[in-house]
Formats: sequence, structure tokens, C-alpha cells
Amino acid sequence: METTPIIVTCELTKRYNGRTAVDNLTLSINEGEIFGFLGPNGAGKTTTLLMLLGLTEPTSGSAEVMGLNPARDAVKIKSKVAYLQENMGFYSDLNARQMLNFIAELNDIKGKQADERINKALETVGLDSEASKKISAYSRGMRQRLGIAELLIKDSKIAFLDEPTLGLDPDGANRLIELIQTLCSERKITVLLSSHMLDQVQKICNRVGIMIKGKMVAHGPMAQLAKEKLGVDNQTYSLEEIYMRYFKES
Amino acid sequence: MQHLKTIIKKELSDHFSSYRFTIIFALIAMVSLIVAYMIGINVRKELEGVAKPQFIFLMLFTSSGNLFSLVQFVAFFGPLIGLLLGFDTINRERNEGTLSKLLSQPIYRDTVINAKFLAGVSVISIIMISIILVIIGLGLLVLGIVPGIEEIWRIFIYLVISIIYISFWLGISILFSILFRSTATSALAALAVWIFFSFFVAIGASAVADALVPDIKQDIKVAGSEADYLRSRIINQFSLISPMHLYTRATATIIDPTRKTTQTFIEIGRMESISIARFSGTLPLTQSILIVAPYIVSLIALTIICFALSYTIFMRQEIRSF
Ligand SMILES: Nc1ncnc2c1ncn2[C@@H]1O[C@H](COP(=O)(O)OP(=O)(O)O)[C@@H](O)[C@H]1O
Ligand SMILES: [Mg+2]
Repeated sequence: METTPIIVTCELTKRYNGRTAVDNLTLSINEGEIFGFLGPNGAGKTTTLLMLLGLTEPTSGSAEVMGLNPARDAVKIKSKVAYLQENMGFYSDLNARQMLNFIAELNDIKGKQADERINKALETVGLDSEASKKISAYSRGMRQRLGIAELLIKDSKIAFLDEPTLGLDPDGANRLIELIQTLCSERKITVLLSSHMLDQVQKICNRVGIMIKGKMVAHGPMAQLAKEKLGVDNQTYSLEEIYMRYFKES
Repeated sequence: MQHLKTIIKKELSDHFSSYRFTIIFALIAMVSLIVAYMIGINVRKELEGVAKPQFIFLMLFTSSGNLFSLVQFVAFFGPLIGLLLGFDTINRERNEGTLSKLLSQPIYRDTVINAKFLAGVSVISIIMISIILVIIGLGLLVLGIVPGIEEIWRIFIYLVISIIYISFWLGISILFSILFRSTATSALAALAVWIFFSFFVAIGASAVADALVPDIKQDIKVAGSEADYLRSRIINQFSLISPMHLYTRATATIIDPTRKTTQTFIEIGRMESISIARFSGTLPLTQSILIVAPYIVSLIALTIICFALSYTIFMRQEIRSF
């Protein structure tokens, strides 16, 4: 694996009316890595992602994504990063194909190329037989897969996945995680995956960061965190334990 | 530019496939058709055995049949078109999370607000143009008269002013959809503004006039007619804060060439009456335009202010619903 940092933040801070959502976050994520961004609800994971995309202005500190500053070059960053938001946010009265077409157009992917990519992506995520159904009739899992299709169409090198397994049954969550893992390693996509579901993150992430109340309390490869916190060397640790340790401490 | 087009296209298809649009359109088309038809029949009856005066065609718009004229109808209900098209345009997307989906694509933030406004203006234009075309068609049938060039110009200018006027209301409702997180609140706020301008400005204006002009009975020194004149002047000046009033004034002189001033009869000053006397008969189109120009400019300015306000607030706002 390469070790060039592709996402860097330096003392990134966001305050909402005096309440600190993200507190002095300094972090660097390497190219090709799957980084697990862990934390309970309200920890500031989404806020961090929004700042990296230039959708929210940081109160202080700075960030760089592929060498670009989100405050100035948000449009360039957004053309290179796929963002799967928590609640998906698809237009529910469109069907999958119309939705993907709309997104392709906004990404300057047109005509035959767009059609090809859309067909291929729908096939990859297994939605091709349901592509002309309205999204309002989609189940949660289907929406998540449509989100993955969006990621494939944009063909981005970086993906921000915000709680992709939220609200899925364990089986569906596992399949989605596997799909993400296969696609991202095939295409060498750098992934920033936020979640509060520890076992899933454990399965696919190279490194994790644990965020609690806006502060990144620890980050690094999972084995290292296990060693530091639990004093175990072998593979018997669970992320759950590490996480609970930090959670109690803070 | 390309992105703007893409979003406008989507907005338009949303509008056209919505029940809301269908209902507004059906309602307004129905009312204007019925009114135009009744007026048409009336005018035809009255014209029997009389030499045809000029500008009969415009009477379709100005004469108030049994209830109201078409011009009055648009002044009063036109705002509802604008309000209904815009009151939930941003906050609904924010609440459903589609706003962040849209803004996380590689587009500039202002593209979204521009596209929403332009799409709304296009829908308004389509509604107004089709209604006016239908009325003209009906007029041709019922009256059996072809409108003259000048009449067509006047109808065209009326159309443009109406589109600006309704776009102002669209601007107000988009502004509210940005300011308020809940669509119910923004709908209510928009309705409140509409009701305020349609009813309370008139009441407020007379109240102000009553307060400023001494009562005629108490103060004998002020001659009755002069007091009336003052009162009416104050009411009119005060009413100008209402876009409805601006619109009524701007269109009345355009669509009715026999009107030579935007003032009511009682207010016409000496110089003004001399100037009016130069034109016995009807007022030429260019003169009509000159008279209403300030009102048109004010309407445009109001619309721009409204849009600029929406624009600035939207550019700095959080995209999540919190
Ligand atoms: N627009 C906002 N206004 C005020 N507070 C906000 C806003 N957005 C987020 N917050 C607060 O910031 C904190 C972090 O939220 P978030 O980043 O969504 O957490 P997570 O994604 O980790 O669950 C929360 O406490 C939330 O209430
Ligand atoms: Mg979140």
C-alpha cells in the first residue's frame, strides 16, 4: 500500500452557536486506505465529512483533499469525491435510472458514456431489474446499493460513506460491506467510512479513528489500539471492547 | 451553464408532474375563461347597433362583468401562483436530504437557487401566456373582432408586467422556504404576507390618512374637497408599499388606453389635467408606458431585492436540517 496522504486535516474545528461539534481534529488518511471513522451519534463524524467537502465552513483550522482546499475549491473536490450521505437523499419520485442520469449530467458525464456507466453500475449493484421503479418504493438496502451505483458512475478515487449500513438487517449490512470492500479494492478507492457499528468496521478497515464528542481520542491500526488499550497482542480483541474503553474514559 | 440547465429541466418536470401545478392551472384557466366569456357576451350585446369604439378587445381584460375584471383577478390571485410554486422549494429538499445530495455534486451553490427561481419564472410565464392566448382566442370567437397592433402590444406589456409581479411573489415564497425549516411555517408566512398586502394595507392607509388629515367637520378652515384630496393622496402614497397596488396602477393604464394617469380622479392636479387635455380620446402607447414606467421599475426592484436576499442567505446557510 502506498503511503501518500490524500486527506489531511489540521486542527479542524467546527462550532455551532458555542457548541463544539468537531474539536481540533488533526488527521491524515493515505491513498488506497479504508479508514473507519467511529463514534456515537453526535460525535461530529458527519460534520467532519461536510467540512472536507466544502459543504460546511470550518470555524477554524484547515483541511486538504487531494491537495485542494475545501473552502476554495469545493467544486473540484466534489467532482473527485463521492459522498454517500446518511439518509441517502435521493429524489423519491424519480426512478433509479432517472436519478443516476441526473447525477451523471451534473458530473458532466453525457450521452453514450453515461448510459454505459449507468447500465454497468446498476448491474454491479444488482438493481438492473428494478431500475425503472420509483425510488420511493425502494427498501433501505436498495437505496444503499443505489448509492454505491452513484459512486461507480462518478468513478471517484475517494469515497465518503456516512453510516452506509444504518438501518440494514445484519445480513444486508454484511453484503453491503462486502460489496464496498470488493469494489474499493478493485478500483483502489480511498474510503472514509463513518459508522457506529463496530463489527463491520472491524471487518474492512485498515485503520480506525475513534471520535467522541468532537474529539478524536485515538487513531491507528486496530491491532495497535487493541494493544494500547487492552494489552492484548493476538487477534482476540474486538473493536467493541476498545471502543467502550475510550467511551468510558471520556 | 450546463448544470443550471440540468437543474432547471428537473425542476420544470417536477412542476409539470405535480398535482399542485395541475390544480392551480385548472383553477385559473377556468375562472379566467368564464369571466372572459361573460364579459365577451356582455360587450357584444352592448355593441349591437353602436359604432364600434377603439380598443374593444382590451375590454375583455378591463371591464368587470358581474364580479371582477381579469386584471383585478390576476392582481388578487396571481400572487397565489407565485407562492404555491415556491413556498417549499428549499426547505422540503433540506428536510428530505436531497439538498445535500444536490450540493455534494460538483456544482456551485448559487446554481441551485438560480435554477429554482428561473424554473419558477418559466412556469409562471407558461401559465400567463397560455391563459392570455386562450382569452384572445375566445375574444376572437365571441366578439368576432381581430385585435389591432397596438392592442396586441398593450396585451404583451401587460403580460410582461404580470410575469414580473407574480415572480415577485415567487421570490417572497422562495425566501420563506429558505428562512423557515418547516414547509407549513413557510406556507403560512407567505399567506400572511399576501393577506397583509391585500387587505391590511388598504385599511392601514385609511387609518394613516385619517390621522394625518384633520376631520372636515372639526376644522372648517380646510375646505371639504381639499381635505378629500389630501386624504386620497395619502392613502394612495401609503398603498404604494403594497406590490398589489403597484401592479394595479402599472397595468391599469397600459391595458386601458382611456386612462391617462395612474392617479384617481380626485387627485388629478392642474398641470396633469392640462397635460391630459392634450390627448382627447385615448392615450398613445408610448405615453402610457411613460406613465407607468416608475411602477414597473419599482416592481422589478422589489423582485430583485427579494431574490438577492434569498441568494445571500442561502449561500451562507447550513445545508442540514437542524
Ligand atoms: N446545523 C447545526 N446547528 C447546530 N448544531 C449542529 C448542526 N449540525 C450538527 N450539529 C451538532 O453537531 C454535533 C455533531 O453532529 P454530527 O456531525 O451530525 O454527528 P454524527 O454524524 O457523528 O452523528 C451534534 O451534536 C449536532 O447536534
Ligand atoms: Mg452523522
